[in-house]
Parts: sequence; C-alpha cells; structure tokens
Amino acid sequence: MIEVKQITKSFGDHLVLHPIDATFSSGCVNLTIGASGSGKTVFLKSIVGLYDIDGGDIEYDGRSIMQMTNRQKIALRQEMGMIFQGAALFDSLTVEENVRFPLDMLTDMTLEERTERANFCLRRVKLTNANHLLPSEISGGMQKRVAIARAIALNPRYLFCDEPNSGLDPRTSVVIDELIMEITKEYGITTIVNTHDMNSVIGIGEHIIFIDKGVKAWEGSKDTILTDGCPELDSFIYASELMKRLRK
Amino acid sequence: MLSVIGKYFEFMWRVCSRPEKWRLYLRQIMVEINKLGVDSLGIVAIISIFVGAVITIQTAKNLDNPFIPTYTVGTASRESILLEFSSTIVCLILAGKVGSNISSEIGTMRITEQIDALEMMGINSAGYLAGPKIWAMIVSVPLLVVYSMFVGIFGGWLAGKYSGLVPSEDYIYGILYMFKPFYITYSLFKSTIFGFVIASVSSFFGYHVRGGALEVGRASTRAVVVSSIVILLLNLLITQLLL
Ligand SMILES: Nc1ncnc2c1ncn2[C@@H]1O[C@H](COP(=O)(O)OP(=O)(O)OP(=O)(O)O)[C@@H](O)[C@H]1O
Ligand SMILES: [Mg+2]
Repeated sequence: MIEVKQITKSFGDHLVLHPIDATFSSGCVNLTIGASGSGKTVFLKSIVGLYDIDGGDIEYDGRSIMQMTNRQKIALRQEMGMIFQGAALFDSLTVEENVRFPLDMLTDMTLEERTERANFCLRRVKLTNANHLLPSEISGGMQKRVAIARAIALNPRYLFCDEPNSGLDPRTSVVIDELIMEITKEYGITTIVNTHDMNSVIGIGEHIIFIDKGVKAWEGSKDTILTDGCPELDSFIYASELMKRLRK
Repeated sequence: MLSVIGKYFEFMWRVCSRPEKWRLYLRQIMVEINKLGVDSLGIVAIISIFVGAVITIQTAKNLDNPFIPTYTVGTASRESILLEFSSTIVCLILAGKVGSNISSEIGTMRITEQIDALEMMGINSAGYLAGPKIWAMIVSVPLLVVYSMFVGIFGGWLAGKYSGLVPSEDYIYGILYMFKPFYITYSLFKSTIFGFVIASVSSFFGYHVRGGALEVGRASTRAVVVSSIVILLLNLLITQLLL
C-alpha cells in the first residue's frame, strides 16, 4: 500500500501539483487519469522519488520516505518496477540483456539463474523468439512488453506504469492492460498506472484518481466514473465524438 | 557560470562513488576503450601523418640556409610534434570526435528516460555511465598521443625523403639529436589530463540535457566547445609550470 499525503511539486514558480492526498492499495490496479499536461507524469515521478517533492510525505507500507536515509531510499527503489512513457529500454543491449540487466547489476545469481529468470519474465509477457534482437528492431508493442518484463525481473512490490499503452493499437492496448492486471493480482503488487485512454479506464480501473491541472478533482472506480456527474470529469470523458454519441 | 561549475563538481562526486559491480564496471571500461580509443586510431593516424609531413616541409623551407645543418629539420620537427601537435592538437581533435559522441550518447539516454530507468533500479546512473568513459579516456588518450608521435615523425620522414628536402639519414640523426625524455613525460602528463577533461565535461553536458533531440545536439556542441577551451587553458597553465 502506498499513501500519498499532501504532496506538492513545482518547477520554478510553476506549481504543477497542488497538495494531493491519495491511497493506493496492494493487489489492485490504481489508475491516474487526466488530460495531457495535467501533471500525471510529474505525480508518478514524485511518488517514486525521481523528482524531489516540495512538501508532504509518502508512505510505502508504513515506511515514510521523509524519514529515510539515502541508502534506505536506494534499497526501496529495488522494490519498485517502472515502465516509462517511451519504454526506455537500453538501446545498446538486446531484449534478453535488457531484462537481465537489473539482475546482473543487483543480484548475486549465477549467469544461468539470471538467464533463466529473464526468460521466465519474457515468457510471462508472452514474448518469445526476440531474445537476441535490439530494441530498435522490435515494434512499439513488443518494446512495452520488454519494459514490463524488465520491471518485474526483481519481483517488485510496487509497479508504476506511465501510459503503458500510448501509441499502441486498441487490441494490443487491451493485451498490455490485461497483462498488467494479471501480474498485479498474481503477485499482490501495488500498481499505479497513468493513462488517458478511456478503454483502459473501463477495462482495468479498479480505483481511479482524476487529476485536473494538478488538482485531484475526483476519485472512484470504473463502475461510477460514467455516471458520477462531476463536471470536469465529464468534459474529460466526453471530449470525443464517439463518447458523446455513446452517451446518448 | 559558477553554478555550472558547482554542478560539475557535484556530478563528479557522484561519478566517483563505488560501482555496484566491479566486474561489470571493468568490462564496461574495456568496451569504452574499444569504442572511444581504438576507433580513433584511424583519424589520429591520418591527421598525424599529414601534419607531420607539413611540419617537416615548412621547417625545411624556413631553415634553407647553408650554415644550418640539414639534420636540424628533424630536430625541430620532433620538438613541434612531441611538445604541441601530438599532445594538444590531437586532444582538441579528440574533443571534437569523442566529446560529441559521449555527450550525444548520454544526452539521448537522458531524454528517452533511460537514465531515469537506471535510477529507478537503484543504480548510480552518473557513475555507471560516465565512470567507465572517463577511465577509458584516461587510459587511451596517452596511448593515442604516443601513437600520433610515431606516425607524425614517420610522416615527416616520408615528406623529407620524397620531396628531396631532407635526406633520410639527416632526418633520423636530427630526430635522435639531443633527445629529452622529459618531453615525453610532459606530453603524457598533459594528455592524461586532457583525456579526463574531454570525457568528464562531455558526460556532464550530456547528463544534464533537458528537453528533446534539439537540446541533445546543442549539448554536444557545448561539450566540444567547453572541453576545447578548458584544454587550451590547462595547456597554457601546465606548460608554464612544467617547462
Ligand atoms: N522537468 C520539468 N521542468 C519544468 N516543467 C515541467 C517538467 N516536467 C513537467 N513540467 C510541467 O508540468 C506540467 C505537467 O506535465 P506532465 O508531464 O506531468 O503532464 P502529463 O499529464 O504526464 O501529460 P501527458 O499525458 O502528455 O504525458 C506541464 O505543464 C509541464 O510543462
Ligand atoms: Mg506524461
């Protein structure tokens, strides 16, 4: 479980995150939705510690990051997996080496064990026969799967995904969403996913936070999101012609 | 300006911390020696042979006086090549070639979030990325400089011989005449420092890129300009102190 307490973040005098409170429970896919530029990426990167927050606190299963030493923060990082908006695979390494990389750097396993683990993760994301290709030689959807495989290589307790299916076709998006859902359930991970894709919202949105211009404007689940009648939320959901027609 | 220098030292502090895995770190240094050092052999050879030739011809034309023995051409060419060309000019060229390579590689990793991905694994990204490149340059640059000295002197010999300006025996006699080994030490010392400057300054500019592809290009230009200027300033300083 991750508890976010009144965190704020600004760049210069541009306040991107107004004080935000949120609780993300484990074994559950938590979505953060919002328009482009609303602050989703900044929110996620502040939670994981890639950005230093200006105020507030974050607790990982009761462990407050404000009271941690640098060493403890680094140890905590090793319990986290993250999938970046653009996959962020290391482009000089092959698919298998990418997945094995955290194991190479951070564990004392033998090469055989590491290769076995990497292949297990690749099979888990249903990506076989691509082990020796470079990231530039595989499609965007495959890159996202490699990124997921790399993120789960160290058995994380917390998984963060920044728009895991941006740039993918609807069918591949569903596959990626379901994969994230399955992995979350299987290992009881606390998962936070950023998205602005309504298909994902309806598909896997067990718990949803809506961010509007850096403010938490709504909180709920996929069962209530279409009917709750929050005006900012409605203007976000029903922005497209398709959704407007479906509403009627 | 001052804040950039402060950030540079802060960056270097992070680069110097203990690597996660020594074995991987050493392997990475070997990879970088290959990429940054071995791959520069070609350009260093071409430039050295031509400049060596030109230095010899120019010296020969300038010393065209019956009272000055011909072997002096060899001695004068040797001093130019050893003291300045191979150690400073070659490093300036490497600043262009290797510096832009380092800073665009690290800069691209920054804007595609690969550096964030390293940080998320709890890996010291500055140390992992810049450290091996800096060590690789500290090792390769002095070797490239020695190599450039040999090739440059050989270029001078070729030019002297085939233009008929300096006979082979005179040139070789001149090269060995009153040879001061300290000049080699001085050149190696200088170039080791220059290798460090090229790698660390370029890594620094690449690591701190913000934005997109355009900024990566800008950062690598800045890396080349700044490391060249630092090399020129340090060259002046070291020469004042040592010679
Ligand atoms: N490193 C930074 N420095 C300065 N401002 C930033 C930085 N990162 C983000 N911002 C600003 O913060 C705001 C929110 O950006 P953010 O990337 O979080 O949006 P987002 O919701 O993730 O959008 P998208 O859906 O397009 O990814 C933007 O106005 C952006 O200009
Ligand atoms: Mg974003």
